[in-house]
Amino acid sequence: MAAEAVERTSRLVRQHRGRADALIEVLHQVQELYGFLPRPALHQVARELQLPLARVYGVASFYHLFRLEPPAAHRCAVCLGTACFVKGGAELAAQLEQRLGVRLDAPAGDGSWALEHVSCLGACGQAPVLVVDGQLAPKLPLDDPRALALRFTALGLDPRP
Amino acid sequence: MTAPQSLQLRCCDASGCRSAGAGALHAALLQARDQLGGAAEGVAIKPVGCLRLCGRGPLVALDRPGSGGIYAGLTPEQAPELLAVAAGLSHGLADQRLGPDHPFFALQQPVVLEGCGRVDPTSIDDALAMGTYGQLQRVLAECTPEQVREQVKRSGLRGRGGAGYPTGLKWDTVALQPAGLRYVVCNADEGDPGAFMDRSVLESDPHRLIEGLAIAAYAVGAQQGYVYVRAEYPLAIERLQLALKQARARGLLGAGIAGSSFNLRLEVRVGAGAYVCGEETALLASIQGQRGTPRPRPPFPAQSGLWGHPTLINNVETLAAIPAIIREGGDWYGAMGTAGSKGTKVFALSGAVANTGLVEVPMGTSLRTVVLTIGGGVPGGEGPDGGVKAVQTGGPSGGCIPAALLDTPVDYESLRQLGSMMGSGGMVVMGESTAMPAVARHFMRFSVAESCGKCVPCRAGTVQLLELLDRFAEHRASLADLERLEQLCGMVQATSLCGLGQAAPNPVLSTLRHFRQEYQAACRAPQLCEPLTSCSLEAKGP
Repeated sequence: MAAEAVERTSRLVRQHRGRADALIEVLHQVQELYGFLPRPALHQVARELQLPLARVYGVASFYHLFRLEPPAAHRCAVCLGTACFVKGGAELAAQLEQRLGVRLDAPAGDGSWALEHVSCLGACGQAPVLVVDGQLAPKLPLDDPRALALRFTALGLDPRP
Repeated sequence: MTAPQSLQLRCCDASGCRSAGAGALHAALLQARDQLGGAAEGVAIKPVGCLRLCGRGPLVALDRPGSGGIYAGLTPEQAPELLAVAAGLSHGLADQRLGPDHPFFALQQPVVLEGCGRVDPTSIDDALAMGTYGQLQRVLAECTPEQVREQVKRSGLRGRGGAGYPTGLKWDTVALQPAGLRYVVCNADEGDPGAFMDRSVLESDPHRLIEGLAIAAYAVGAQQGYVYVRAEYPLAIERLQLALKQARARGLLGAGIAGSSFNLRLEVRVGAGAYVCGEETALLASIQGQRGTPRPRPPFPAQSGLWGHPTLINNVETLAAIPAIIREGGDWYGAMGTAGSKGTKVFALSGAVANTGLVEVPMGTSLRTVVLTIGGGVPGGEGPDGGVKAVQTGGPSGGCIPAALLDTPVDYESLRQLGSMMGSGGMVVMGESTAMPAVARHFMRFSVAESCGKCVPCRAGTVQLLELLDRFAEHRASLADLERLEQLCGMVQATSLCGLGQAAPNPVLSTLRHFRQEYQAACRAPQLCEPLTSCSLEAKGP
């Protein structure tokens, strides 16, 4: 994988004709390759785009969606936008912290689950919402604990043993 | 019986309804049509963008002479029944049907959203059949750039991204810069929590946006443009990319557009999760592959933007209004709305309200009409204000308007006078159970997380404000904290570098202004506070 990923990273840079303004696009694609942005990959991008490492690292660490550490196997994002907040998003986050046994926004979670917050997914009509491994789960029934537990189970959010 | 072609089911395939199961419903409808055969064969089934009442998805609109309407909350099992209704074989599903006279739809006036929910967002042929790109072609053949800008000025259109700067004036500023390269940029970095208007336009009618952007480029003399979309909107990015590809293939973008001498290259740039990139100078830095930090203005981007060249930056909704303005004329658009705020505005209505979704109404419509009549008020809410406690507008830069002021017309000036702002158009309704210091803390947390860190008042000031708000939300504040809170708000407002920092205290200041008693009740010795005779709301004790 490693050698192949290095080769593919070089190809990505060439596809963008080595232009410095493509840095964010390149980082997106490199993150897709590795699942995060490993240090050696940042070095390689800096070298091949002919940018100082500080510039590449500065951009990678500035944007929320770039991850500098390997991600947990599964990710659950709780929306804490305003509509979700009004509809009990914070309560939903607290319940999930308890259920999964991980702290909200702890960087690597417990290895198998990471629980993170997002600020708004634009799915305000369906508040409160979660995103579980990329799938949007709308209208979590906070007023009905049994129905909520069933939804959690259906989403694969099993209680920590 | 009319011609069978007029029977059509339009299935919402935007991300709201998708998350509610629109994909399975669409598949079930196609399958049911094959199985039913006969009269059902004549029913066209078409995927479209947002049908607006997002909270009740999945939605399907039925076009049928005399008995059309929108069907809400459908399950795949109901697909055969819906087809039977469409074919005129049944009168079922009546309790899920919403007619065009339903208050959510009856008062709306679609201009930006006129194609939204009607056109198939993945088909340029469908867009062309609806007249999209017609105005671009006409403008290129018949009008000078000055004439285009004249119509935009006459329309009175103001920027829909939040600040409300007159669009025509901005176009003039860019166009009248010394000769040389120019850029156009569409700001689709819709980051305000509670806002989803731009996402809906991108997902539902991307060709309209491209047409608007191309007309803008012609009017200011730009040949290169970017659409900066936030990465959190994958479906919007996918549809925009597809639409750009289709437009290039038809010669509507690229060199010599539609047989004219006008060239335009458009590219999509995807953000990486930074709210501050909605600020125009930060957005430009991000397009150039840098950290998205704002810089002082002047020079304004209209004078010196991307790579130092004059750059026009407009929001999605602003640009999507352009084709209709060019088609019907600036005066037509300017006749809608109020003296200072012309035209229509799209709002994303959500929170504690019965009907959530997209609402496009003329500027100057009262909050009461939007929230109570169109929105249906708080579910189970009673009284003249329908259980509404406050309406939040303008996202983290805006404020909360109390129920007592629901008769306020929604326009730029009225909202600003109340300590809130139009913002991009998010409108979140709050019921009696929402505590205002907690709302202010919610927004301050957001501002702390999203401060880019470049200037001290915003980077450190928001952290201090959050600590103070924690005390109020947890009922352990002192009277001195109240004073400190107000002072610090004033300091952050006055001294931050960019609009986001300057506006970060707004949610605190507006809730302090309209719900001061809640902050006082959160103090350890509320009896020492000055009496508040002007407030009608009851204070809630700890």
